[in-house]
Amino acid sequence: MGLNILAVDDSRTMRDMVRLTLASVGMNVTVAEDGVHGLELLEGSLPDAIISDINMPRLDGFGFIRAVRGIDRLRAVPILVLTTESAPELRARARDAGATGWIVKPFDPRKLVHTVQLVTG
Amino acid sequence: MSIDAMTEIRASFFVECEELMESLHDALAILDAGDGTDETVNVVFRAVHSIKGGAGAFGLDALVGFAHRLETVLDELRAGRLDPTPGAVRLFFQAADMLHDHIRAAQSQDAPPPTGEDVLRALEGLMQAAPQAEPEAVDFTPTGLSFDPMLPQWTTPPGTSEWTIRFRPHAGLYRSGNEALLILRALAGLGDTHTTCIVPPALALDPATAEQPQLGWIITLTGDVSEADIREIFDFVTDVCDLDISPADDAADGSATDGVAAAMASPDAIPFRLAPDSIVAAANHDDPPATSPGVGEAGLAPELQPPPAPSNAAAPAPAQPASPKAEPDAAAATIRVDLDRVDRLVNLVGELVINQAMLAQSVTEAGMAENTAVMNGLEEFMMLTRDIQDGVMMIRAQPVKPLFQRMARIVREASTGVAKQVRLRTEGDQTEVDKTVIERLSDPLTHMIRNSVDHGIETPARRLAAGKPAEGVITLSASHRAGRVLIEICDDGAGIDRARVRDIAVARGLIAADAQLTEAEVDNLLFLPGFSTASQVSALSGRGVGMDVVKRAITALGGRVAIASEPGVGTKFSISLPLTLAVLDGMVVRVADQTLVVPLSSIVETATLTPQAIRRIGRSAEVLHIRGDLVPLFDLGARLGFRQARAAGDRVVILTTQEDGGRAALIVDAIMEQRQVVIKGLSRNYGRVPGVAAATILGDGKVALILDPSDLTRSSPQTAIDAIPLAG
Amino acid sequence: MTENLSTAAQEIELLAFRLGEQEYCLDIMSVREIRGWTSATPLPFSPAHVKGVINLRGTVLPVIDLAVRLGMPPVRADERNVIIVVSVNGHTAGLLVDAVSDILSIATDQLQPPPDLAGDLESSCISALTLVGQRLIRVLQLGAVLPARPAEAA
Repeated sequence: MGLNILAVDDSRTMRDMVRLTLASVGMNVTVAEDGVHGLELLEGSLPDAIISDINMPRLDGFGFIRAVRGIDRLRAVPILVLTTESAPELRARARDAGATGWIVKPFDPRKLVHTVQLVTG
Repeated sequence: MSIDAMTEIRASFFVECEELMESLHDALAILDAGDGTDETVNVVFRAVHSIKGGAGAFGLDALVGFAHRLETVLDELRAGRLDPTPGAVRLFFQAADMLHDHIRAAQSQDAPPPTGEDVLRALEGLMQAAPQAEPEAVDFTPTGLSFDPMLPQWTTPPGTSEWTIRFRPHAGLYRSGNEALLILRALAGLGDTHTTCIVPPALALDPATAEQPQLGWIITLTGDVSEADIREIFDFVTDVCDLDISPADDAADGSATDGVAAAMASPDAIPFRLAPDSIVAAANHDDPPATSPGVGEAGLAPELQPPPAPSNAAAPAPAQPASPKAEPDAAAATIRVDLDRVDRLVNLVGELVINQAMLAQSVTEAGMAENTAVMNGLEEFMMLTRDIQDGVMMIRAQPVKPLFQRMARIVREASTGVAKQVRLRTEGDQTEVDKTVIERLSDPLTHMIRNSVDHGIETPARRLAAGKPAEGVITLSASHRAGRVLIEICDDGAGIDRARVRDIAVARGLIAADAQLTEAEVDNLLFLPGFSTASQVSALSGRGVGMDVVKRAITALGGRVAIASEPGVGTKFSISLPLTLAVLDGMVVRVADQTLVVPLSSIVETATLTPQAIRRIGRSAEVLHIRGDLVPLFDLGARLGFRQARAAGDRVVILTTQEDGGRAALIVDAIMEQRQVVIKGLSRNYGRVPGVAAATILGDGKVALILDPSDLTRSSPQTAIDAIPLAG
Repeated sequence: MTENLSTAAQEIELLAFRLGEQEYCLDIMSVREIRGWTSATPLPFSPAHVKGVINLRGTVLPVIDLAVRLGMPPVRADERNVIIVVSVNGHTAGLLVDAVSDILSIATDQLQPPPDLAGDLESSCISALTLVGQRLIRVLQLGAVLPARPAEAA
């Protein structure tokens, strides 16, 4: 099907894991190193879903998601938060910012694929 | 994902860890200097956090555990509840060292290192001491290794069951990018569904209330489905919808009291069959404002107020970064290459260099005239070869920064062990040196740094008495100098106590009691085997490694080490190294029909040997009298066992520097040329040969040995006894 | 080589070569290549059987005079001699021999332990003996004749 996914994470290891996991089921993954980089890549592109880390330099995940939701054409793009922290208040903050769902690191590759498929239909 | 890919990511993770440790150390150094900002603390936090995240992915439990506890304390620092006092920063440095140990242990899959429990305890102690420590701030769930800790575990006996699901989205469901129809479709994927859409009596198409979703659904789901399966589909939306899931039997009792049930009771329910493929079409047809996520949500989230676009059909708005755009990431793009491949390339280029030399020799021997096309072409070929060689060598070059950072740790540990206050300052840590040189420099540098802490820097009391700050400074610097790398270790300590060095050398029988030595000669006594100036052996210097071993290691790298010291001001060790181990500037000489290479770095000068300059000492030893100095004289041919004694007649003599700072003179038959040679190891297939550093291949395709003059002229080469003259 | 597998003993392939009047062989799996003699650069302070080093396509290869190593007079190094390049445990060396004679397939049960001649220089380097027709062939124990490994040499 070739879904286009943007993965934003400051950890190269995580970016690689997400990229290879999703590429193995035929998705096209673009990676960004932080929120600012992610927004740059979103200029003029409309991914099917975005996967974002929370703790990042320059612009963290909350700010990034808020910014994405502030862009009219990106308001409906599913955004999954990929985070090590599963504390409820962090989920609540992510949700307030506009996150669609969350995946806790370390993630099960099948679960990641399944979740992306779930939110993109 | 394939195993290979995982292995590769794992390797890449450890590379990333090293990078993260580097930025962690840099940030801690900034905090230590008192120049830290919030972002500095964030860098520290993120480094640890990323290490933890990656480690979790590979099930590196010990590393995850350590990183997690460190991260918890760092979060206090980040929240401003903990001050980066010098004491705290010192603890963070120690914790970073322990974290590094954990990374190393995880990488080599050795037994875990000491947990660093004491350091963590000390850090956690700081945290408790800090006022207003809020427990929930550190209430991160430890990163479990189970893949889905978020999913509640319901159990339902297997077999077909029937469920009634009442579902009504809130506005937040759409605002967060979720989509009710996708959820319905996912439910349809679980089993047989019958879906009824609940439309309120007066479906408000009034834009004023459009942001409030109005539709709800009652879904009857039949299949081998557990409640957990259903809950999983609603996992992301439980907080943004009304949801009731109950076994179908209970559905009819109408006792549900939540809003869903109330809405569901509406008489205007429109049943429709939900087939997976019809969903999208349905979405298009029944596209009421409520299911159109892009519509009219302005005002719900004031800080997110979008431009006043009436619908999501509006032209795409340009992205507006929410924070001031920082300077573009300056990091150059890199690729990771297997070191083997680089080394193969280095070898091939070595072959090219040799081949080019052979070709040049053949062309010259063929009597080709200057300025012919062939000669000009050859000239260009030589230049290209040299450029390629430089380029390839550059691939192996790495900044010395990680090495220097390791030295910072040595200073921290060594100074604590001897109750001294020492700070390491580094300069030129971006200087690039061959990877192997860096690796092999680690041990000698470690020892020299320890030596500076142990013997160079004074105790705080003595420093204060001498009018110096209590904290001593060791400066470690790297720079490129005349095609070589210069590394200096400079301390602001007491300087070498030459009287004591002399006494010890005399006591150990290293020099005669009445020997007349210059200051430099006294300083160089430190490099003599078995010399140790430590009057009280500390835990760190009592390891049986002397400065002679340091010097040997550096010499083995084609380097030189020099020492300079001023009483009361400090001591400076200077190490000069070749940029690469693959090539060497050498002087090609002939001895007893053999071609040999003498490293240029060890040659002081060359001279013609005259019989008058030779003085005989004892039965066989000879010295060369040159400008007032007496230098031990060796016939290279005899020394190597190629001939019994040198033939009569004038010869050339090469003056070399020795490891002990002295000199030696080597008699050779002729000097052929001075050139760069590609170093070929001997030891891999043969073992060490006394007096021989390595081999090279010359223009004629023959192997020539590269000499190690210091080793050669040492009083007795170990295996010289069974030397057998070999006629070629 | 397609006969009954159940009864045939395992066979190994051996490269046979001559040293003076005697015939030796070694496991062909250890042989990298065979090349003509080229003059070697002598290594100082080396035992008599170490001929020196040669350039084998960029690798510095030690060459051993196998005859001397086995206590016989040196091989007259000239154009007719050959160097067998062998590799054991990633450790490569050249063996100077008079000539290569044959490649033999020998069943492992045809290999006999060498007579126990304690102290004999040759026997310490021989792992087995075998008869091929009238020829007595000694199987060389490669590890015993190669130069000491770096670790051991240190």
